[in-house]
Amino acid sequence: MEWAGYAYLVAAVCFILALRGLSHPETARNGNRFGIAGMAIAILTTLAMPNVLSYEWIILGIVVGGAIGTFIARKIEMTALPQLVAAFHSLVGLAAVFVAAAAFYAPEEYNIGTAGQIAVGSLVEMGLGTAIGAVTFTGSLVAFGKLQGIVGSKPLSFVGQHPLNAALGILLVALIIALCVTQAPWIFWAIILVAFALGFLLILPIGGADMPVVVSMLNSYSGWAAAGIGFTLANTALIVTGALVGASGAILSYIMCKGMNRSIFNVILGGFGGEVAGATGDGGDDDRPVKSGGPEDAAYMMKNSDSVIIVPGYGMAVAQAQHTLREMADLLKAEGVTVRYAIHPVAGRMPGHMNVLLAEADVPYDEVMELDEINGDFSSTDVAFVIGANDVTNPAAKTDKASPIYGMPILDVENAGQVLFLKRSMASGYAGVQNELFFRDNTTMLFGDAKQMVEKIVKSLKG
Amino acid sequence: MDKQDLMNAVQSLQEQAQGLAAKAEALAAKVTALDPTGVASAAEAATHTPFLYLFTAFVLACVVGYYVVWSVTPALHSPLMGVTNAISSVIIVGALIAAGPTDMSLSKVFGFIAVVLASVNIFGGFVVTNRMLSMFKKKQR
Repeated sequence: MEWAGYAYLVAAVCFILALRGLSHPETARNGNRFGIAGMAIAILTTLAMPNVLSYEWIILGIVVGGAIGTFIARKIEMTALPQLVAAFHSLVGLAAVFVAAAAFYAPEEYNIGTAGQIAVGSLVEMGLGTAIGAVTFTGSLVAFGKLQGIVGSKPLSFVGQHPLNAALGILLVALIIALCVTQAPWIFWAIILVAFALGFLLILPIGGADMPVVVSMLNSYSGWAAAGIGFTLANTALIVTGALVGASGAILSYIMCKGMNRSIFNVILGGFGGEVAGATGDGGDDDRPVKSGGPEDAAYMMKNSDSVIIVPGYGMAVAQAQHTLREMADLLKAEGVTVRYAIHPVAGRMPGHMNVLLAEADVPYDEVMELDEINGDFSSTDVAFVIGANDVTNPAAKTDKASPIYGMPILDVENAGQVLFLKRSMASGYAGVQNELFFRDNTTMLFGDAKQMVEKIVKSLKG
Repeated sequence: MDKQDLMNAVQSLQEQAQGLAAKAEALAAKVTALDPTGVASAAEAATHTPFLYLFTAFVLACVVGYYVVWSVTPALHSPLMGVTNAISSVIIVGALIAAGPTDMSLSKVFGFIAVVLASVNIFGGFVVTNRMLSMFKKKQR
């Protein structure tokens, strides 16, 4: 059996190389191949184990699951990527729950004792893996619902929410201890039910624009659940992979939180946006005059400039405007204008969301810049073209200590010669804060649907 | 007289030595009788990998994960989620063991369900990641 241990080690190394490949777009596809190889090694090794005897159900399961997965992954629209990832996370969580249940009812298959006589250490690991897996399952389902628009994306909070969650958390710990003592099946199922409820309640109060953090966090949970089950099964491939995924999700959550200058607790406790804002943001009912323009003005302004920086946000994703936007950029480049894109870390609904959408529209990745890379260049840029983004450009984050977004790193579009804001209306952004930039002399508002407006600009550039 | 005493002493010593040798032999026999059980219990312990060993792998993997993930370029954070999602489905290993026995049981059914769920994820995760990565292109000059 020793050879299996070596094979799992090789699989684990493949997974590390898969992540390592993502350090650059050119090595990334090779990385993905390493991931696939690692998975194949892990599966084949397990199938060759002496206690895996019947293959009919296994092959059926892999063929059915594989066909469904491949079909969905091929058909899905790139704009729907965040909800797809959330849905996939929920499956990992549920799979962890089922594996734990299988180990609980047939512990002899895993060398951890006999039913009712399971080693206590294994029960602790199993209990934790089950609980985290179950939280991941319902939590990801809620995240999926919010991203898909089935559940309202507004933060839903109710009185006694936090005490209730805390009570459920304590109950979970108590149940895991009880499981170790009594080994009773009903306690095992009670852990699953309580964890289901907790996952549901934890994610429900978190608003739509905080989803990058939530999706990363659930990514992390699915890793920890896998690692927990890995301890039960004494399987190093599972433990190492679980730890890698857990660390990855945790780091992404951290980056996203930093991009909003909020602590992870602040995000998890939820209720951000909506009513809480009122510090200086007078909501949308501000009747100071703004300068609004049409597509022809925008086309003229950009055509006669030397450099344009495009700042895309979630609004671009909603309107599916990325393809038209690239067409616009191509026309401008043909006029000799330098066009680049600036991406805020929390733009969109998942980490790297904007980068994928722009890549989908054939925008070369070396024209797409991160906040740190490009922020200094706005002052030497003629036009900043903001499409469907708001809070991430709001200078109040630097100047107004009372603002809920104070301290958040922003893209300094205000330093550009002219700022074009493509927005549906004057409504304030997610944080509920009015953006001072709208009222400045060098700002022109372009009101309308992002895609239609860019189409009109393209027509005007051509004509 | 002295000679006689000395001879007696030598003889008794010889007898004592013989007795000791017999005792040692008996002890050796006992030890060999005990030994197989000792080896067996050690083997039993070895099949159950010590927690410390697994925990070491876990902590080291966390450290490796920390450095590897920080080196991922922010532009590829979405594919990173896709790939981590796919590889976390290595939990299918546990599902395969549960679905492996020939006899039908509750645990085999659970194993089968978990195999289906994890397979959706493995295939879906790798395919969607591949789709994303194939879109990232350099500027054509």
